[in-house]
Amino acid sequence: MEHGQRMTDGRKRWLLLVGAAVWLGLPWLVFGNNYVLSTLILIGLYALVSTGMTLLMGYAGQISLGQAAFYGIGAYASAYLTAHAGWPSWLALAAGAVLAALVALVVGIPVFRLREHYLALATLGFGVIMFTFFKEWKEITGGLNGFFGIPPIRIAGVPLQSDLQFYYLVSLFVLAGLWFAHNIVRSRVGRALRAIHGSEVAASSLGVNIMKYKLQIFMLSAVYASIAGSLYAHYVTFINPDLFGIVPSIYFLIMVVIGGTASVWGGLIGAAVYVCLGEWLKAVVPLLLPNAGGEFEIVFFGLLLVVMLIYMPNGLTGVMQKRMRRFLEMGGRQEKQIAAVEGHKARSIGGERG
Amino acid sequence: MEAWSQFVQLLFSGLTVGSIYALVALGFVITYSVTGILNLAQGDFAMLGALFCITLVNNGVPFAAAIGLSMLAVMVVGGLFERLAIQPARRSPVAVLIIITIGASFVFRGIALLVWGTDPYALRPFTGHGALEVFGAVIQWQSVWAIVISLASFAALHLFFHRTYIGKAVAACVINPFAARLMGIDIRKMSLGAIAVSAGLGALAGIVIAPISGASYDMGMMIGLKAFIAAVVGGLTNAPAAIAGAFLVGLLESFAEGYLSSGYKEAISFGLLLLVLFFMPNGLFAKMTGKRV
Repeated sequence: MEHGQRMTDGRKRWLLLVGAAVWLGLPWLVFGNNYVLSTLILIGLYALVSTGMTLLMGYAGQISLGQAAFYGIGAYASAYLTAHAGWPSWLALAAGAVLAALVALVVGIPVFRLREHYLALATLGFGVIMFTFFKEWKEITGGLNGFFGIPPIRIAGVPLQSDLQFYYLVSLFVLAGLWFAHNIVRSRVGRALRAIHGSEVAASSLGVNIMKYKLQIFMLSAVYASIAGSLYAHYVTFINPDLFGIVPSIYFLIMVVIGGTASVWGGLIGAAVYVCLGEWLKAVVPLLLPNAGGEFEIVFFGLLLVVMLIYMPNGLTGVMQKRMRRFLEMGGRQEKQIAAVEGHKARSIGGERG
Repeated sequence: MEAWSQFVQLLFSGLTVGSIYALVALGFVITYSVTGILNLAQGDFAMLGALFCITLVNNGVPFAAAIGLSMLAVMVVGGLFERLAIQPARRSPVAVLIIITIGASFVFRGIALLVWGTDPYALRPFTGHGALEVFGAVIQWQSVWAIVISLASFAALHLFFHRTYIGKAVAACVINPFAARLMGIDIRKMSLGAIAVSAGLGALAGIVIAPISGASYDMGMMIGLKAFIAAVVGGLTNAPAAIAGAFLVGLLESFAEGYLSSGYKEAISFGLLLLVLFFMPNGLFAKMTGKRV
């Protein structure tokens, strides 16, 4: 990685190496169990979306209640362009990402003039409108019946069909996404975003072009979501509009809140906790309440959301970051400088009050 | 003549839906005015009210008593929600409070799902299945009930805010919370009261609409969001304008469904929301414009 020279600290490098080894070796640990692999793939896809949202909510301090719309744009762009227009899957994925970025730009210009309640509402409205289009634009999306027969993704002509191959593909995207987010946070853009989060008025009076940075990060989060959507479409080969409505948008929000926005890892941690908890609830609750059907797990996620925001508003990364820093500080002197930079990281969702 | 009767039909269906949205939107306005919170769980109070009422009626409770009891029950739920979820997070940023209300909405939906399941329920109309015929259009008595009940509620609320001591205290909190506190008005109690009253209004809306469109655990979200559009279109702190906004949204939806396409009606009402937000972002009410530095 390019920022290697910053990591002169040995412990940090070891930690990353161990993490990478676990991630790459995980399929062998579970003996290629397909259920576990597909769960891991889902975590990876959600992690991409929520990493983008973490940047948007944690660093730019903007709330988005319609993120699943971008996930849907990527999924339908890939589905339509590969299945009906015969495009190569990578080109379709890129086209979906460009489309999502353009939609984010067009929507973002008026939306980010709003704040707080109105911003939340506008993104919600955007989500509902996009959902309606996924549902009603039947020539492209297949409507409520769904879109069938999405071809698999190909690398050098070889179709990726097994879960194991897809696991590595998705994990590469997640690593790239995390690395990119990490660099964004440490760049000039990241500093500007934290300034916006701290106080928009102060940032703009210091010459930070608030609108530009908010838009850029919104477009970036749209691209993350769109790529995840494209990969999802190729992975399951069947999509329908319900996957991209308001409730999925709220699920992405829940992941970001669980993970917290104190570091770029929040998205991955939130997605992992969300998916594992969801699978566990689906396995356990029907044993206790035999007639529980449908999306009953929303009770628990709703409670979790309320309790986390009241008692742990910084999410899991907020708690972990403190311990982590203590652990790393035993290792090197360099750490103080990095800690000084990271001490200014985003603290909670939403920014200033008032 | 055919076109005329269709127009009347759509007009009445728009007014019916509009009056439901108006009841819920009024709840939004009261909650927002007193607490500054945009309660996205508001629609779920309608769902809970409808389902409570149906259960009571099915168990032989007289209709009027069932309506009163279920409104009371939902008011208690609203009060608990305020004490357990809103009060502990009073000092959080606005975005956090919004997400908390979304979480609460999920909890209400999920509990309703566990208690009542996924099947929709029906409630019998307040007064028989008869219908009125106006210019060839068939108007259910329940639609008339919906419009009359919502208008009566607005009148009752108006009297409450202008003629009673508690109502005036709430109004004082809206106008100037700091001065109200100096006058010895307990703002925390007012916040509890505002959310409980909003919950009761929501429950009433759900009960009134249940005989027309049925009731199920997931009905709350759309009612809540539409009412929300109405409240925003009218201006979040202006009750009469919110009611007008609710009827506007109801009529717009009804005519869009009748003359254009049923599928896109949601896109149309949310498009209205975005237009209002974009072109009058701060002009909806003047207080928003002066941001402190």
